[in-house]
Amino acid sequence: MGAESGIVAPETRPFGLETWEQLMRRAEMRLFRRNFDMPVYKTLAVAMLTACAFGPVRAEESVLRVAMTAADIPVNIGQPDQGFEGFRFMGYMLYDPLVLWDLSKADEPAKLVPGLAESWEIDPKNDNRWIFKLRKGVTFHDGSPFTADDVVWNFEKVRNDKAPQYEPKQAALVAQRIPSVATVKKLDDFTLEILTKEPSAYVPYQVSFWFMSNRAQWEKLKSWSEYAKAPTGTGPWKFVSQTQRAKVEMVANKAYWNPARVPKVDRVVLRPIPEASARVAAILSGQVDFVEAPPPDSIPRLKSSGIKIVTNAYPHNWAIKPSRIEGSPWNDINVRKAANLCIDREGMNKLLGGLSVPSEGHMPPGDTWFGKPSFKFGYKPDEARKLMAASGHSAAKPLTVKIAISTSGSGQMQPLPMFEFLQANLNECFFKVEAEVMEWNALTAFGRKPASDKDAIAKGVNAVVISHALQDPYSAFERFFLSSRISPAGSNWGEIRDKFYDDMLAKAARTFDQAAQDAILQKVHEYAVDQAEWVWVTHDVNPRAISPKVEGFVQAKSWFQDLTPITLKK
Amino acid sequence: MLSYILQRLVYAIPIALGVTIVCFSLVYIGPGDPLSSILPEDAPQAVIDKIKAEYGLDKPIVLQYWIWLTKALVADFGRSIVTGKTVLAELVPALGNSLILAIGGAALGFIVGVVLGGLAGYYHGRPADRMFTALAITGVSVPHYWLAIVLVIIFSVELAWLPALGMTGSGATTFSFSTENFRHMVLPVIALAVIPTGIVTRTVRSSVAELLNMEFVEALRSKGLSEALILRHVAKNAAPQVLAVMGLQLGYLLGGSILIETVFAWPGTGLLLNNAIFARDIPVLQGTILVLALIFVALNLIVDIMQAVLDPRIKR
Repeated sequence: MGAESGIVAPETRPFGLETWEQLMRRAEMRLFRRNFDMPVYKTLAVAMLTACAFGPVRAEESVLRVAMTAADIPVNIGQPDQGFEGFRFMGYMLYDPLVLWDLSKADEPAKLVPGLAESWEIDPKNDNRWIFKLRKGVTFHDGSPFTADDVVWNFEKVRNDKAPQYEPKQAALVAQRIPSVATVKKLDDFTLEILTKEPSAYVPYQVSFWFMSNRAQWEKLKSWSEYAKAPTGTGPWKFVSQTQRAKVEMVANKAYWNPARVPKVDRVVLRPIPEASARVAAILSGQVDFVEAPPPDSIPRLKSSGIKIVTNAYPHNWAIKPSRIEGSPWNDINVRKAANLCIDREGMNKLLGGLSVPSEGHMPPGDTWFGKPSFKFGYKPDEARKLMAASGHSAAKPLTVKIAISTSGSGQMQPLPMFEFLQANLNECFFKVEAEVMEWNALTAFGRKPASDKDAIAKGVNAVVISHALQDPYSAFERFFLSSRISPAGSNWGEIRDKFYDDMLAKAARTFDQAAQDAILQKVHEYAVDQAEWVWVTHDVNPRAISPKVEGFVQAKSWFQDLTPITLKK
Repeated sequence: MLSYILQRLVYAIPIALGVTIVCFSLVYIGPGDPLSSILPEDAPQAVIDKIKAEYGLDKPIVLQYWIWLTKALVADFGRSIVTGKTVLAELVPALGNSLILAIGGAALGFIVGVVLGGLAGYYHGRPADRMFTALAITGVSVPHYWLAIVLVIIFSVELAWLPALGMTGSGATTFSFSTENFRHMVLPVIALAVIPTGIVTRTVRSSVAELLNMEFVEALRSKGLSEALILRHVAKNAAPQVLAVMGLQLGYLLGGSILIETVFAWPGTGLLLNNAIFARDIPVLQGTILVLALIFVALNLIVDIMQAVLDPRIKR
């Protein structure tokens, strides 16, 4: 057909069949050819040619369609919900924080870079005082200028419950992200003073999670629910419309302050599709171009259809967090080391279709804070059995442990098959592993209470598997290992109380020189691994399925990603 | 008839009240915490307490029930914890979208079921009966979640004839009776119609086969009535039982199918419930379950009354 008519034949589908659109197009072409001699078509053709020759041609808009795993559109008024997916697809797209993450590289962990603040420094005379120099010439999407007043106003929004703009859910969403910040004060239009409760070198990390809503727009509307209908930030994407639980549309902010990050596509449509098979069907049928977290068993099918699978290690871990309360079997370091030596992580990786990075420690291999731990995991069941025997366990007298695990959940990968794999491994090393299976929401609620909580005791649970982000020093170390961060004050579920962590992490928080701080955090990591503090299993690689027409996407080693470099092939 | 209707209405009141108690308490019995989905894992206790107070979750459960019930009586089901919108604003469009699928599924299921069941009953014991009965059993037995995925693989992925998900290609959630809307409807309607088709086929078949063996049919035949007229009599006699089954099936369909709507990302009550379950969005769960249960109660009431109209013996 194509050769005869001079029209390029449409791409054919398997079984030699065509798409609905192709069938319709073919029908239209037949109709067109049959009737071309009619005056109406001649007139139309002349009109079109004239329009092409003399009139302005409106280029076809490029639209990137993304399928998120979230069940709903993240909150859009500043601080997003829906975990880090909300940060990825709402926070960093619509808004900017003072400090941003460099998401342009795939070969090294994402680092902090200037955002709405051009520079920042600690006061040499006062370790509790940070000075942030703000970027000049930045405007919100409605054209109102961004100044130090906006930052102070945004601080009041989440900290001062007497302020008219105070929003309790926003306050809850950011409270643990900026724990050190005590006050924010304007020194001039583009200079800020941030005072901390105690000396904290982590302030730049903390403010990277704190987004700047538009004060001028809120002042006009005086209502966050009204603001949510047309939110404006300073980010590289501008909000267009939103249908709850269905889609959010944004267009490129061509006036973005960073020319290198002006989006290359005109529009992006984000759709919440929590069901994994529906996301896969959506990209295979051409309804979306970019899919988050396709399930491992769909990868071969996606690849065979020409869909690209992109992955990269990022600061995530999937591990067993043992209870360290009095009487816990995990208090014995031999037991913890044995469990770490008894897991066939390469086998686990095969189970996951190669979509994981086997753990060698708490942080992913190659991370800035990895250091040189002396305890090497490997898969050494004989060595593990020796350690267990040394602690009085044997095949006849196995050690019973009960681990709480979810059926699914954000970052949990394939929890149940992975758990069964683990169970089989550990049971060969004189463990008797039992499971307390919960739905994800129930597990997160369970994890909010410490190991000594009556619920955990009643269930006999002495370990949990809750995957975690390890994006910054607080989320990677402090919340897990500080004695002051025992749940619910942090994520120290097992109630680890170790002076080494308390001292070293306090020292790191007071070390303002980045290299020196990194060196201390390396020591913390080495110590955690050598103590076999947890039973580390694997790190996710965050697979994404992208249509062959999507080009330019760089998957950063981060929970956050940048859609601005993406282009769409015609 | 009026006293019968009044009697049925009075019976419906304790059922409705029971429904409110069950749907309120069920979401509390389940594990999990409504705040887990909206707050970070390590949110400070003071902040958690503040948010709890904001949503009234700090009050005793009985008091919460009373407040919820008195508001629910005037269709105020509160606000979604996740979206902040009123539950009614979430529920009404979703209900409309489920209704569209339910009508499609019911129309397809009932028509095909009545035709196949009628033929199977009329040709009782013959190959046509065996074939349609086998089809009906298959329809009832096939997990429609699985069938939905198979339909997507065949018609959306391999053949690319029909869209895989959503109500429109753009993600809009308003049904505008466009060709695009109807194309998006085809696969979910088929998947949804399979179970009612099977159930109605079996019901119609057994009713027709049983009635055709009754003495009054023999009497009609001996009087020389045509087969078409005999079938009319049979259909009228089979109607109350078939109607009851159809009413129940319509109730199930109106409730929206969590699985079908999730697979096809169809923005109806099923998807709304699914999302609310995972987010522990208690106000949405309670409001949606209550409204769906009341619709079910109302449908049963209508079916009871219609049965009584068709067969006055039921009133006795």
